Amino acid sequence: MDEAGNGGGNGVTKKFMYMNRKAPYGTVYALESLEVVLIAAAFEQDISVVFADDGVYQLMKGQDTEGIGMKNFSPAYAALGDYDINKIYIERESLEERGLSLDDLQALTWEDEDDDWKEKSSLHLVGRDELAALIAEQDIVLSF
Amino acid sequence: MLHIVNKSPFERNALESCLRLAADGSAVLLIEDGVVAAASNTRFGGMLADGMKRDLKFFVLSHDAAARGLAPERLAPGVETVDYGGFVDLVTSHDTVQSWL
Repeated sequence: MDEAGNGGGNGVTKKFMYMNRKAPYGTVYALESLEVVLIAAAFEQDISVVFADDGVYQLMKGQDTEGIGMKNFSPAYAALGDYDINKIYIERESLEERGLSLDDLQALTWEDEDDDWKEKSSLHLVGRDELAALIAEQDIVLSF
Repeated sequence: MLHIVNKSPFERNALESCLRLAADGSAVLLIEDGVVAAASNTRFGGMLADGMKRDLKFFVLSHDAAARGLAPERLAPGVETVDYGGFVDLVTSHDTVQSWL
């Protein structure tokens, strides 16, 4: 994996992982995590975001919250690409045991400035072993 | 008796305990994060099917399912959707209600 660029600041770039494991709306974890990730994006760190266990429901297409009187915050995930957060990992086994596939999740993309601003997918389907290796290489893992 | 479960079976064992201890013929209403148990093809499909075999009736609060992207066609066969009015009807039509927290 590339070394993340340090945008001229004098800080040290660290590898941050945000681990999302809860379904949205039943608890406030999903929304809190999204807010923290968007804030963290301003600090030019090497960020990856994981959706595992019930966290995969956070990215479900077609969320309709009108009936529960809460804001549907799922469209905001599309903004992650604009902040160069494009390492979004979905655990394959979590999807499978829920009868879901990547097609059930909203598409998240980013534009690669080094490749003529080509639109690329930010979603990476990873197996348990691969995810374990990614977790092991982080400096900081924040759990939601 | 009406049993209400509001936790995901992937995260807590509330549904499992409920189904283990609910008498045959009881009603089970899934709300909040509990609705994910009503999705088709999950790891817990067999648990629901076993419950149906002993005449448990499963209901899911449609608004909570919709919020999590679970439209009616994504729900397991045999699970009935109810709206808030249906929730009230379930409560009033059963003598006792047990919430599994």
